[in-house]
Amino acid sequence: MSEYQNIFTAVQVRGHLETGIALPAGSSERRGMPFFEYWLGKIGNAQLGPIYLGTLGFLSLVCGAVSIVIMGLNMWASVGWDPIQFVRQLPWLALEPPPAKYGISIFPPLNEGGWWLIAGFLLTLSILLWWVRMYRRARELEMGTHVAWAFASAILLFLVLGFIRPLLMGSWSEAVPFGIFPHLDWTTAFSIRYGNLHYNPFHCLAIVFLYGSVLLFAMHGATILAVTRYGGDRELEQITDRGTASERAALFWRWTMGFNATMESVHRWAWWFAVLTPLTGAIGILLTGTVVDNWYLWGMKHGIVAPLPDVFPGVVDPATSGGTQ
Amino acid sequence: MRLVVLFVAGALGLVTIASFVTAGWDLPPVETEQIGYRGTGMVIHKDAEDEAARRAANVLPEPFEAPDGSGDRAGDVYENVQVLADLPQDKFDHLMLSITEWVSPEQGCEYCHNVENLASDEVYTKVVSRRMLQMTQAINADWQPHVQETGVTCYTCHRGEPVPADVWYKDLSPKAQPGIVGYRADQNVAAQFAGLTSLPQNSLEDYLLGDAPIRVHSQTALPTGENENGVMEAEHSWALMMHISESLGVNCVACHNSRAFDDWDQSPPQRVSAWHGIQMTRLLNTDYMLGMTSIFPDNRKGPHGDVFKVGCGTCHNGVQKPLYGQSMLADFVDSLGQKTETSVPDFSSYQPGATQVLSPQ
Repeated sequence: MSEYQNIFTAVQVRGHLETGIALPAGSSERRGMPFFEYWLGKIGNAQLGPIYLGTLGFLSLVCGAVSIVIMGLNMWASVGWDPIQFVRQLPWLALEPPPAKYGISIFPPLNEGGWWLIAGFLLTLSILLWWVRMYRRARELEMGTHVAWAFASAILLFLVLGFIRPLLMGSWSEAVPFGIFPHLDWTTAFSIRYGNLHYNPFHCLAIVFLYGSVLLFAMHGATILAVTRYGGDRELEQITDRGTASERAALFWRWTMGFNATMESVHRWAWWFAVLTPLTGAIGILLTGTVVDNWYLWGMKHGIVAPLPDVFPGVVDPATSGGTQ
Repeated sequence: MRLVVLFVAGALGLVTIASFVTAGWDLPPVETEQIGYRGTGMVIHKDAEDEAARRAANVLPEPFEAPDGSGDRAGDVYENVQVLADLPQDKFDHLMLSITEWVSPEQGCEYCHNVENLASDEVYTKVVSRRMLQMTQAINADWQPHVQETGVTCYTCHRGEPVPADVWYKDLSPKAQPGIVGYRADQNVAAQFAGLTSLPQNSLEDYLLGDAPIRVHSQTALPTGENENGVMEAEHSWALMMHISESLGVNCVACHNSRAFDDWDQSPPQRVSAWHGIQMTRLLNTDYMLGMTSIFPDNRKGPHGDVFKVGCGTCHNGVQKPLYGQSMLADFVDSLGQKTETSVPDFSSYQPGATQVLSPQ
């Protein structure tokens, strides 16, 4: 009975290769010759392919690829086309948004943020096309569109960071650069400039939902694995026909914390936590600099900053106290 | 296909191994010292091996026997003594010996002097040394809010080297491609003067040469439209802070309560000291280093022709108090502890190898 408590899926169920249900007339063909791969079967379905690309998927990939190539070439040029420096410094390199002097002009010089605008536009287009594709694929399979709406929440955060907030602030320079370390530095500098994002209540909510998502994911995954020996991995059947797996899982949580979700509701919990993470985060970013300029002082005003004893008495700003120099 | 899967797994493995080998981790033990109120994370970390290495690198040189101050005025005994003319001869000689030990122990007297004619100014380093003496005097006399009673000597920066190990200059490397691609806004490469971050490379020019405002915060909770600083200004300030942090071997909380970086009421007193240090360093660069640009040869300048400049690490060398707070000034109070002659010569008139006396006009 121990096989269900492995990290890897112990059972690989293989039928013959299948392409899925028939598509309505006018749809693109699914692409690629499907095949089985044993190691993929360890972490998911052993069958790889075929994939449905379609017009939207194709356009999305093209826009995304052009955007990435623009970023990459600009990064490479930023170290003088030196291939060694490009590889060595790749985590440091970035494509920067235009400097503040160009405001929200859509025609800054190409080499002062123009490429950033083009790359950002193409990346946005790519992501939006991919969103439409996800929505349409779900509809074609007569599924709900929950995945697309969850993705939309992440897209909202992306748009707020790189488009909506810079527009409201009147400057592209407030947007995030495309680069590994530079976008992390941007994040910290953003928090520092606007007086510590940790006092932003919507940032607090985003953290709650992010960590909450992780917690829920762990709780749910662990619960299902723990009752798989009683058929708990067949969650859908258990939703409508509650069996001993469901009962035991429910009892476990009721005993340990008094309340239990159900086989169905736990997925709503997880979906809302995941969706609310970037959604509340986006609101927090949107408010920063636009309606609140210093979150620490805002927190002081509204009583969410813990007062500290005066550990360093007598420290005075030397610039205001007429320092000796 | 199986090959592709193996290749991806292998690549991930290599990246993992590389990150362990190349990232410069500090092995335990790391000591932490609490400096602020509990729960605020205000602790200074000290890696035991690094700390041992720094202690070993900050041992004071053996001093020469201190003079008793007898003898005639140096200005009467020697020719062309401009700054220390009123010093007794034995103290003057003692200082010259010490400077040789501190700055050019291998090269000896001829690093600055024509040994045939010690009075001559024909070697450029002699002219530089004279200005450096004035600089050291000014630091000790005018900048006690930063150097306290400990003061500085030539050794604080030079450590037995003609050029202090930790100086800065304009850095544009690796060079971006001129043209229509490759914009990186003077940042986004490993910046050697900003703690190898991707922050702006030349921010020290803004703050330790120019006096761009370091403070980026608003003093009101809600926007008033008066604070025009954006995220980029914060990155520039932060680059300076990284320089300070690397120079002193400390983290942010040595000077700040990181929950409110700008709030002086919650800041350790070290922040006041650092504030004076920034003003002092700026003045050393503008009043002392820049003026001498014309007399330094190319190999004593940065790749873009600017003079080597003073940063926090020039004195601190990775330690919060230079030389762990040991003072060497006691034997040099008369020579280095006070300002004697402050006039500045016209450095542009200097001809290396020819100028015999470069005196203030």
